[in-house]
Amino acid sequence: MTEPSESPEPAEQDEATPIRVFLVDDHALFRSGVRAELDPGVADVTVVGEAGSVAEAVAGIRHLAPDVVLLDVHMPDGGGAEVLRQLRPELPDIVFLALSVSDAAEDVIAVIRAGARGYVTKTINGRELAEAVRRVRAGDAVFSPRLAGFVLDAFSDRPGAAPPVDPELDRLTPRERDVLRLLARGYAYKEIAAELFISVKTVETHVSSVLRKTQLSNRYELSRWASDRRLV
Amino acid sequence: MTSTSEPAQRVPAAPTAPAAVPGRAPVVRRRSGRLVAGVAGGIADHLGIDVLWVRGAFTLLAALSGAGVIAYVLCWVFIRQEPAEVVRHVSRRERQQALGLAALGLGLAIAGSALGGTVFGWIIGPLGVAAVGAAVVWREADESRRRRWTAGARAGVSGGGWKTIARVAAGVLFVAAGISVFLLGRVNLGQVQFTLLAVGATLIGVGVLTVPWWVRLMQELGEERRERIRVVERAEIAAHLHDSVLQTLALIQKQAEQPREVRRLARGQERELRGWLHGPTGYGARKQAGGTDGPAEPGTLAEAVTAAAAEVEDTYAVTVRPVVVGDCPLDEQLSALVAASREAMVNAAKHAGVTEVSLYVEVEADAVSVFVRDRGVGFEPDQVPADRHGLENSVHGRMARYGGSVKLRSASGEGTEVQLEMSRQPQKVRENGS
Repeated sequence: MTEPSESPEPAEQDEATPIRVFLVDDHALFRSGVRAELDPGVADVTVVGEAGSVAEAVAGIRHLAPDVVLLDVHMPDGGGAEVLRQLRPELPDIVFLALSVSDAAEDVIAVIRAGARGYVTKTINGRELAEAVRRVRAGDAVFSPRLAGFVLDAFSDRPGAAPPVDPELDRLTPRERDVLRLLARGYAYKEIAAELFISVKTVETHVSSVLRKTQLSNRYELSRWASDRRLV
Repeated sequence: MTSTSEPAQRVPAAPTAPAAVPGRAPVVRRRSGRLVAGVAGGIADHLGIDVLWVRGAFTLLAALSGAGVIAYVLCWVFIRQEPAEVVRHVSRRERQQALGLAALGLGLAIAGSALGGTVFGWIIGPLGVAAVGAAVVWREADESRRRRWTAGARAGVSGGGWKTIARVAAGVLFVAAGISVFLLGRVNLGQVQFTLLAVGATLIGVGVLTVPWWVRLMQELGEERRERIRVVERAEIAAHLHDSVLQTLALIQKQAEQPREVRRLARGQERELRGWLHGPTGYGARKQAGGTDGPAEPGTLAEAVTAAAAEVEDTYAVTVRPVVVGDCPLDEQLSALVAASREAMVNAAKHAGVTEVSLYVEVEADAVSVFVRDRGVGFEPDQVPADRHGLENSVHGRMARYGGSVKLRSASGEGTEVQLEMSRQPQKVRENGS
């Protein structure tokens, strides 16, 4: 189902160039739904290809070199984490955004730790999805309220928990915690900035920092969730 | 002991004889390529070994008071001939070999009988019993089992290593010793403990000899049990999907003209399926817990809050997405908090004019916070009409009675957020932390 519908465009990175998105999901129905929402409705985001399996995705992404890959967490042959494992080392510039119906912390955390820059649920509407695509394309992280909840849960200090090995990575700063809480409460970045009297840029910095810690920390909860999916 | 090393040796042998091998032919006597009656050839065909081995076995048995000769004659009588002629070539060398073996066997038989039964009797007796037993087992076993046995025997002889040989030798030794002691004891001493000793030794010998068989039996039982569990699980999943998902899909098709109802049905079904797959009392959780968990007590804050959100969803056809961080047991104060949260969600669903409400619950060491947020029309708290007491009574009043606090943020057109906070009793914190 890999459709090289558009050949790779010349690399002129001005404002007019739409963000080229590649869709990976084993449900054709869902792919066509996302295509229908993104393609005509959003001017600056265009779907350049799609794939229904890990092998197709790896081949298609190598060929088309898109800007952003929307990645389903659950697929046969290892799912989104497997695509990330195969492509991240050779194509570090491509940004991955996980898209899933899963409510299980281990699924979500696993794909984040494999290198995705964000996680949104499939019930997200087209406008929000386009916004999330723009955000990850710009190098920021995208946290859905649920992911923010999972991360807060993983970094919460339970009584009797093992002391952090690397305090820099294994703990969230109070400010990061505040930002995550507001994200979990359903606030947009602009609202968070207004609430905390900081700039949107600072909010983005905090979220990126939380993403980095989620990916690199060896906290027990995180590595347990990841090891359940054979990622560590 | 050797028994512990058995599975490691045997397991690789079993898959080498899968269904690719055609079914073993029944024993028939050869019509062609025979020397006497085709018995040895027929048995060799059946067992899949060289005919020379069978002839050698008959010859050796003949030495034991002519048992081989008797066995050959019995086989001649009872095994029927193969129905159709098959062309076989018998080489001159094979013919000479076979004739030599036949002569040797006859000679041994005569010599054996001349020596008298006393020496060989001890060996022939048990061996005869064992041979008859083996033949009966072979006869009763099904095809797959026979294949595994021969594969196992080949592995045992050719590649099984010294452990197998030692085990077989020890077993044979025990059996022979037991029986000979038994015979000796009866003839000479007639003492009871002697007999017991003999019986014990025989039993040990038989046990050692049949170790692989026991191991295989246990493996087969385990495999059967696993298969049964798989079947039960499949049936459970099918039943669940039928009861819930298919029913809901049918309902959705019937009510396709009512978007509100369809959304309510779909969301309710989604929640139910998620709960079954990932929830604390669902399918996935039960598997991890070993299947012995009873119905879980609805005793934690997270469960209560999620249940309240589900109820609001079902009643008002909105989507409530709960995010819960941490958990703790439910007490009276927290029950009040849940009730107040529910009222706040109902308010949002009824008055905000939105289809989605955010619910965030965070359990901290000393307090529990709940945030109910919508992006709806909002209102000015000072200008609430006098006839709307829901917020005043159910939320403010309830929280105040249990020592909690309420903060309300709203403005026209900017949505509403209700923030509830309830402090936790110190002893509960300790209990949770231990």
